[in-house]
Amino acid sequence: MGEFKVHRVRFFDYMPSAIRAMAFNSRTERLALARADGAVEIFNFADHYFQEKIIPGQDGRAAEALCWVGQRLFSAGLNGEITEYDLENLKPKYTVEAYGGPIWAMSSNGEGTLLAVGCEDGTVKMFEILSERIQFQRNLERQKGRIISLSWHPSGKLIAAGMMDMIRIFDAETGHSTYRLLVDRGFGPSRCKEVVVWSIAFLSDHTIISGDSAGKVQIWDGLTGTLVRTHPVTKWDVMALSVSPDESSVLAGTSEGTVIQFQFITATMDQQDKEWVRTRTFKNHSHDVRALVHTETAVVSGGMDTQLVVRPLLDKVEKNTHESALHKIAFPHRNLVCCAKKAGLLLFQFSDHLELWRIGESDGHGKPGDSLPVKRKPEKLIQLKRTGEHHICSSALSPCGGWLAYSTLSVVRLYRLQYNDNDISITKVSKLPKELRSVHQLCFSSDSSKLFASSSHSSVIVVALNQLECKYLHTLRPKSGSVQPVHLLCASEDGKWLATASTDCEVHVYNLCKQKLHCTVPVYSSCPTAIGIHPTTSNLVVAYADHQIFEYSLIQREYTDWSRKLMKQGLHRLWLERDTPVTHITFSSKNPAHIFMHDTFMFCIIDQSLPLPEARTMLYNQMTLRSLPEHERLRQSHAFKICKTFKHLMCVRLLEDHSVVVVERPLLDIMSQLPAPVRQKKFAT
Amino acid sequence: MVEHGDIRVVHRGGSKINFREPVITNDSKFLLCASGECVKVFSTSTEECLHDLRGHTDLVTGVIIKPSNHLQAYSCSADGTVRLWDFTDGILIKTYVIGHPIYSIHASASHEGVVFVVTSMHADKRPDLLQLVAVHLPRSGDQMVEARELSAVLSDVSSNPLAIAFGRGGEFIASAKGLQLEVYIFRKQKAYRFFLKEDNKKGGRNTFTCVACHPKDDCIATGHEDGKIRLWRNFNQKKEYTYSTLHWHHSAVSSLCFTPEGTNLLSGGIESVLVQWRYNQEDQREFLPRLGAAITHIAVSPDGSLFFTSHSDNKITIIQSCLKVSAAIQGLVKGENVTTDLMMDPRSKSLVLNGKPGHLQFYSLQRDKLLYNLDVVQQEYIHESGLQQFEVVKAAFDASGTWLATVEERKQKGAEVELNLKLWEFDEQTQSFVLNTTISAPHEAQITDMCFCHSTDNQTTMLVSTSKDGHFKAWQLDAQAHTEADERPSWSCDFVGAYHSLVPECCCFSADGSLLAVSFQEVVTVWSTASWELLTTLSQPPKAIRNLCFGRLSCSKYLLGTTGNNLLCCWNLLTCSLEWSTSMDVSLLLADPISENMAAFCRQAGSTDLFVFKPSEPRPLFSQKAVCPGKVTRAIFAPREEMLESCEESSQWLNRSQLYFLTQHMDLMTFTTKVEEDRLMASSKQLVIDDSVAMTPFYLLLGKHRQQDSRDAQSISAERTPLPQGSVAIKELLQTPAHVLPSTSFLCSMFVQSLLISVTDPREEDKATEEEMESEKEEEDSEEEMESGTTRPEQAPLGRQAAESAAPALTKAQVRELRRVKKLDRSWFAGLLDS
Repeated sequence: MGEFKVHRVRFFDYMPSAIRAMAFNSRTERLALARADGAVEIFNFADHYFQEKIIPGQDGRAAEALCWVGQRLFSAGLNGEITEYDLENLKPKYTVEAYGGPIWAMSSNGEGTLLAVGCEDGTVKMFEILSERIQFQRNLERQKGRIISLSWHPSGKLIAAGMMDMIRIFDAETGHSTYRLLVDRGFGPSRCKEVVVWSIAFLSDHTIISGDSAGKVQIWDGLTGTLVRTHPVTKWDVMALSVSPDESSVLAGTSEGTVIQFQFITATMDQQDKEWVRTRTFKNHSHDVRALVHTETAVVSGGMDTQLVVRPLLDKVEKNTHESALHKIAFPHRNLVCCAKKAGLLLFQFSDHLELWRIGESDGHGKPGDSLPVKRKPEKLIQLKRTGEHHICSSALSPCGGWLAYSTLSVVRLYRLQYNDNDISITKVSKLPKELRSVHQLCFSSDSSKLFASSSHSSVIVVALNQLECKYLHTLRPKSGSVQPVHLLCASEDGKWLATASTDCEVHVYNLCKQKLHCTVPVYSSCPTAIGIHPTTSNLVVAYADHQIFEYSLIQREYTDWSRKLMKQGLHRLWLERDTPVTHITFSSKNPAHIFMHDTFMFCIIDQSLPLPEARTMLYNQMTLRSLPEHERLRQSHAFKICKTFKHLMCVRLLEDHSVVVVERPLLDIMSQLPAPVRQKKFAT
Repeated sequence: MVEHGDIRVVHRGGSKINFREPVITNDSKFLLCASGECVKVFSTSTEECLHDLRGHTDLVTGVIIKPSNHLQAYSCSADGTVRLWDFTDGILIKTYVIGHPIYSIHASASHEGVVFVVTSMHADKRPDLLQLVAVHLPRSGDQMVEARELSAVLSDVSSNPLAIAFGRGGEFIASAKGLQLEVYIFRKQKAYRFFLKEDNKKGGRNTFTCVACHPKDDCIATGHEDGKIRLWRNFNQKKEYTYSTLHWHHSAVSSLCFTPEGTNLLSGGIESVLVQWRYNQEDQREFLPRLGAAITHIAVSPDGSLFFTSHSDNKITIIQSCLKVSAAIQGLVKGENVTTDLMMDPRSKSLVLNGKPGHLQFYSLQRDKLLYNLDVVQQEYIHESGLQQFEVVKAAFDASGTWLATVEERKQKGAEVELNLKLWEFDEQTQSFVLNTTISAPHEAQITDMCFCHSTDNQTTMLVSTSKDGHFKAWQLDAQAHTEADERPSWSCDFVGAYHSLVPECCCFSADGSLLAVSFQEVVTVWSTASWELLTTLSQPPKAIRNLCFGRLSCSKYLLGTTGNNLLCCWNLLTCSLEWSTSMDVSLLLADPISENMAAFCRQAGSTDLFVFKPSEPRPLFSQKAVCPGKVTRAIFAPREEMLESCEESSQWLNRSQLYFLTQHMDLMTFTTKVEEDRLMASSKQLVIDDSVAMTPFYLLLGKHRQQDSRDAQSISAERTPLPQGSVAIKELLQTPAHVLPSTSFLCSMFVQSLLISVTDPREEDKATEEEMESEKEEEDSEEEMESGTTRPEQAPLGRQAAESAAPALTKAQVRELRRVKKLDRSWFAGLLDS
C-alpha cells in the first residue's frame, strides 16, 4: 500500500442540521428531505440512496411540510409561504404567501389538482395547482385553534385536520366541517396542557389514524366519527405518522427516537376482519423522529439527530442484498472540504461561513503506526462570513492557495489571498463578470489561472484569472441539451481537460485548448459520484453510486483495457456492499498506477498493476498481508488496498509532498453537540 | 402372605412439585401436580394434599386434564406409559403403553382421542433428538392397552414442555427450540419455521425459552433468554410474519401464560416477579414482586380467577387474579446444596435440613409436607449475588429432641470467618425451638463436625464440636448456674481437647455415651467422656479419616471408619485392634439409630453402590450396584411409624427404618419394598379388578359396594345397624353423579335394604350408644398413644381377631379393638379377611 505521513484533521466542526420533513415520490423513487436550516435535499432511492441534489437553504425559511405533486416539489413553512422549487436550477422557483399565519401542514389531493395548507389562524386553505404556479382557491370553514396536520381521503372528497385537542373532518367540496373528534389529553400534570395532534392519516376505508402529543396513536372510524382503539406508545410525543402505499401498515415516530409499526392483520387465520395491531419497534435514532416515510419495502426516518435512516422491512425485500441492509446517511455525498495541495491549506465550507486552515507540520520520523510530534500547530487563517441570506452552496480554493471563491444562490464571490510570512491578506475581487451569477459548482484549474463554474443547463462558465482582473472567457455547453445541474467538476493537471458530471448521469469532457466538447462518456444507469483525470495518461476515472468504477481513455475515447477487464470480472462482493459512495478520486504523482479514492468509512488505493481480486479472495487483506513474508505478500496482494483506520471521512487528499490529509468528523462529536434527548428510564440506571 | 423382597429406588416424599406446570381442574378446586413418581392432588382452598395418584414406575413428566372429560386426567411418565385417572377419587382408569420414555404430554379439545407426547422414538441412539408424536388412544375395554398408532407431527422439539403450546382451538401447535420457532397448522398440514439471529449487536440472546398461544387470536408469545417477550402474528405466511417485542425481564423469561379470555399475558422469571401484561396494551403492566424465589412455571385456572406459580424453591403459590397471594404449597426446599446433614427430629420424626437461606426446615416425610421453618440466623436475607451472608452450616439434635445445636457461618473476603453456635431448647408450650444460648466465635476456624451425646440415661447433655483450629470442644448445660428462678440454664464450654496440633475432622459418641471418638486426620482418638482422658488411639495411615461411626446395640463395641485411600476399617474397642478392613471408596457411612445396620455408599465408576451390613457379620445384608449416578453425600435412616413385616432377608433391614438419600441432582430418593408398595397402593384406593369384567364407572361403583357389603356382613354383625342417612349405600347413591349410576331398578333393592332396621331390643340399643361414647373416648386415648411413638405390636390382636372371627359373639374389648383397626386401614383389613 505504501507508507504515508498522515495529517489527521479533526478540527472541521461540520454540523448537519436536523431533519424536519420528508416526502417520497414513489413514481420517480425520489425522497425530498427538508432540514431545519431550510435546505432541501433529493435522494434517489432507485440509485443506492444517492444524494442527487441539494437546494441550499435560506435564513428563516425552514420548511415545515414538503409535498410532491407529480414531478413538482412544494414546501411550506412557518414563515407562511408556499414555495415551489426549481429542481433543475436547484433554487426556489417562486413563493406564494398564504395569508394565514405560519403554515403547519400541507397536503395535496390524489389527483394532484389541489393543495391544502393548514394555517395558524385555523383555516385550511385550498390552492389550485396550475401548470406554472399555484393559485388560491378558497378557505374551508374556519376553526378556532391552529391546524397542525392534514390528510386527504384518497377519494379527494374529505380532509381530516389535526388540531389542538381535536380532529376535524371537512367536506372538501362544501368546505364544511362534518365531524369533530375530541382527542383525550394526557394523564397527570399534562392533563391541563392541550394535546396537539401532530400527525394524521386518512385511509381509503375511512379509518383515521392520529398521533398526538400525549404519546398515543389513535384509530378512529371516519364514517361514524368514533374512536376505535387507542395505543399508548410513548410517554412523550408521537411526532410523525406514515402509511404504507397498500395501507396495510402504519408507522409512528416518537420523541424517544423510536419508530413503531402497526399492521392491519387478521386476528385469526380464516376470518376476514382485520384490526390494527402494534407489531415492531425500530430504534435507530437518539432524538425525536420528526419525519417518516413508509415506502413499499422500507422505513425511512429522520429527525433531530440529523441522520437519515433507511431500515428495510425484511419481510418485503430479498435477504442479503443491498436492499436488505440498514442505511444511515449522516454525511452529504459531496465534498465540503477543499484542499490547496501545493500550499497545504484546507478550506471548510459551512452553510453560513468558510474557514481557511493551514495544516500543522511535523519533522519527526517514526515507525508506521506512530503518531508524530507536532512542530507547528494547525492554524485557522481566515473565517469568512457569507453575504446575503442564502446559504453557501459551493466553494473552491485554488491549488496554489492564492484564490478563494464561493457561491450562494444569488452571488459569487472571489477573493485573492496573499501570504507574507505569518501575515495573510485577503482582497475581494470586486468586478466579476456578470455571467457568474447563479452557480452550482466552482473549480480552479491546476495552475490557478482559470475558474470554472457550472451554471444552468449543464453549462460551464470559464473565467480567466490574473493578478489584475478576472475575465469571462466562454461558456462550455454539452451537445445533449441536458437540463440537469452539474454536480461534479474536475480539471486535469495539465490544464487540457475539464470533466463535468450531471445528475442525469452524463459525464462530458471538454478540451480546454479547443474550448469545445471533446467527448461524452457512455451514459451509465447510475449517477457518477466522483470523477478524476489521470495527470499523465489522461484517463478519466469515474466512480458511480452503485460502486462501479470505470476508466475511460480520453485520447482513444473508449474504455481502457483495465476497465474492460474489471467490467468482465466484476467487482468484489464486499466492495459492492459498501454503504457510502466514493466521493473523491485523485492520483499519485509518484506512482502512475495508483488511484486514490475514499468514501465515508475507508480510503482505498487501487493499484492497476496488480491483479484484480477474485470473488473468493479477501478484500480487506491489509492486516493479513502485513503478517506474511515478502514473497507470499506479493502473491496474495491484489489491486484494492483498503485502509479502514480512519472513520467518518469528510476528505482525503494527497499533498504535493506525498503526505495525506485526512479530515475526520466523528459521529460522536456531532452527537455531543445535539441538544439533550428526552429523558428515558434506562434499566439499571 | 408371601413377600417379594425386590427393592427399588423410588422418589417418595420431598419430591419436586415444581418439576412440571401445575394443572388446575375446571372447577378450580383441585391442583394436579407431578411429583416424583406420583401425581399429587391438592385442594386449592386448603392447600392440603388430598391424595396421590400412584401407579407410575418412573418420574411423572406431565399431567393434563382430558379435554373431553374434565373429571379425568392423563399423566405421562418416563416409564413409557400414559395413564388416565379419575382424579377426584384417585382411581387409575387406564394405562396406555407407548414404550418410549415420554418427556411431556399435550392435548387439545379439537383432537378427539389423540394425545401428543414428546418422546425419543428413533431406534438410532440419539436421545437428544426428540419428536412430538400424536398418539391415537385405542378404544378398548382393557385396563392396560398398548397404543400402536403413532404419527410424528414435529421432529426435533425441546424436552421442555413449556416450549410447546397449542394454539387457538387446537388449530396449530407451536414449538420452539434454540433459535427456531416452528408452527404446525393442522388443517393445512404444513409447518412454518421462523429463525432468529443468534446474537444481535446490542447483546441480546435470542434463544427461545418458552411459548404460549393466545386462546382467541392467532398470536404466539415467546419468551427469550435475554428477557424479551415476542408476540408473533401473521405466522401463516412464510415471509409476511411479524412480531412485536416486550421487554421487562432482565434475564431469561422462564414461563408465559395467557389468561383464558386472552386479556392478559403473565410472565415470570428469575426476578421472582409475576408480570401481568395487558394484551394489546402491553405498556400497561402490573407486577407482583417478592414471590420468594425464581418462577419456573405459571398456570391459570380455567375460569381465570386463580393464578399458580411454581418456584425454584419447590413451592407453588396460589394467586388471586387481582394479584394477591392467597396461599402457598411448600415442598421440600432444596437449594444448590445441603450444608447441614440430613437429620431426623426425634420429636416430630421429620426430616431436618437447611431450607430457605438462614432457616432450618422441618419436613414430614410421612405426610410429605413442610411442617415449619426455624429461623436460625434471624437476619434479613438480601437477594443480591456476590453478597456473603450468614448461612446455617451445621445442626445437630440430641437423642430426645429437646436440644438443637446450630452453627451459622459467614465468610467474607479478606476477613476471618464469623461463627455462631446456637443452642435451642424445645418449648413444650409453643411446640417449637426457643433460643437458649448463643456462643459467638465458639472456635477460631470453621467447625468441621458436631454431635450430641446420644445416651438417654446420662444426666447432662453434652455437645462436642470439632474445628479446623485444631481443637475439639465439649459443651455442657450448666445445671448449677440457674439459682435464680427466672434464669434458665445455659451452655458453656466444659473441655477443650487437642491432639498433636492436628486438625480434627469427625467426632462420634458411642451408643452409651461413655466414649467419644475424634479423628485427627489419620489418627482416631478415643476419649472417656467422664474424665476426659485419652484412652487410646487407633490409626490406619496413610490417608485421613473421612467418616467415623460407632456401632449400635449388639455391635456397640465396634468403631467404623473410612479413610481417604478407599479403606473401610472396623476396630474392636475391647481389644483396641483392627477387626477387619475392606477396600472400597466409601463416600458416606451412616448407622441406623435403631438397629445394628450400617449403610455405606461407595463410588464406583461414576455411580454409587450401596452396601448395608452389620459390623459383626462378614456378609453384607444387602447390596445394590448403581443406585444412582453421581456421588451421594447425604443420607439418613428414618425410623418407620409402623413396622413392616418382611421375611426376606435382603429387605429386612428396611423393616424398621427407611433409608433416604440425596442424589447429585438434589433428588430425595428412598428404597422401597414390594410390601410397602402394595400397602401404599391399597391405601390409595386403587381397585384390583378381574380381567373378565370391563372397567367401567358402573363396575367401580358395584365393586365398592360388594366390598362394603362383605365387610359389613362379616365383621360388624354385632354392631348397631347404621341409620339410613348414615348408610354408605345411601351416601353413595346421593353423591355419585347421576350419569354414572346403575339403573334405578338395581339400586332400588339396595336402597330398600338399607332402610330396613334389624330387630334389636331397645335396651341393647341404649347400651350400644353408651358404649359408643365410651369407645370414642378411648379411641382418643389410643390415638394419643400411637402418636407418642410406641411401636406397639399390632399383629397379636389382629391374629387373634382373625382366628375368632368365625365365633359369633365378640367381647366388648374385641369390638373396640376391631373398630380401632378398621379406622386405621380399612381396605387392608378387608383384604386380610378375604384371605
